[in-house]
Amino acid sequence: MLAHSLFFYFFSTIAVFASVMVIVPRNTVYSVFFLILVFVTVSILFIMIGAEFLGMIMLIVYVGAVAVLFLFVVMMLNVTQQISKKTDRKGFFNNISGGLTVGLIIFLELVVVVGGWKYKVDLSPLNSNYSTQELSNTHSLGNVLYTDYIHLFQISGIILLIAIIGAITLTFKKRDDVKRQNYFTQIQREKITSVKLVDIESNTGVKIDD
Amino acid sequence: MIEITLEHYLILSSIIFTIGIVGIFLNRKNVIIILMSIELMIVAVNINLVSFSIFLQDLSGQVFTMFILTVAAAEAAVGLAIIVIYYKNKGSINVEQISSLKG
Repeated sequence: MLAHSLFFYFFSTIAVFASVMVIVPRNTVYSVFFLILVFVTVSILFIMIGAEFLGMIMLIVYVGAVAVLFLFVVMMLNVTQQISKKTDRKGFFNNISGGLTVGLIIFLELVVVVGGWKYKVDLSPLNSNYSTQELSNTHSLGNVLYTDYIHLFQISGIILLIAIIGAITLTFKKRDDVKRQNYFTQIQREKITSVKLVDIESNTGVKIDD
Repeated sequence: MIEITLEHYLILSSIIFTIGIVGIFLNRKNVIIILMSIELMIVAVNINLVSFSIFLQDLSGQVFTMFILTVAAAEAAVGLAIIVIYYKNKGSINVEQISSLKG
């Protein structure tokens, strides 16, 4: 129990520190690196608390895909050069008062909610779909995911498909110097427009490409 | 203090959520950090759902966390695509200069 609490405090301190470091630095690349640190730490916390499947999924999806995507965009857009061009921190100091006020209020509200959790109505554990001891976390999650939540699962697949189509359509660039296949013109070709029959006299031949 | 309860996880997630909100307010440099702050807030919500799911012995929270992960990935992809084409058109993603919608 002591070890568990020590690990919790260690990793949560790292998580809070890293998430502060996401929003503070001027260089966006550092922000992305600390974002990766936040994701790794939170996935460790998930594994510690017993949700090991979600911890691994978090590593794969966030660190492997989302953070790398962020890193690619940061490198592609060359934001760091653009920022260091004008090095005034005026905007930072203008906004810090408002941001800290709103953040403090929201944090106090959340603390009040969590503190009032003590006086809650007694919630009985549902136990409806929780695993018994012999099933692993992944196994029991799969048991409910493909039966009770199958429609939500398919809808999330459709959401991913829409995101793919949206991202490709947004960033697609039509280029003139590349020859592409156009299915409609290809299908609409007719014999009259594409084939010419000629009678060739003997001993004269025909000239192609005139 | 020694025993880790549900409140510890809730406080941790509210701290991270608040840092995300402050990041949105604080940042006037580029939109990418705002997107990252949104990711931080989504992570905080995930911590909340997972800890409730563990402490209440109910798997629904973890299933919903998976769906939130899906939606967050889709959101990041589309948002970054929008940022890329905005940068192509305007040459800058400085938040203070984005005022085309002001009319």
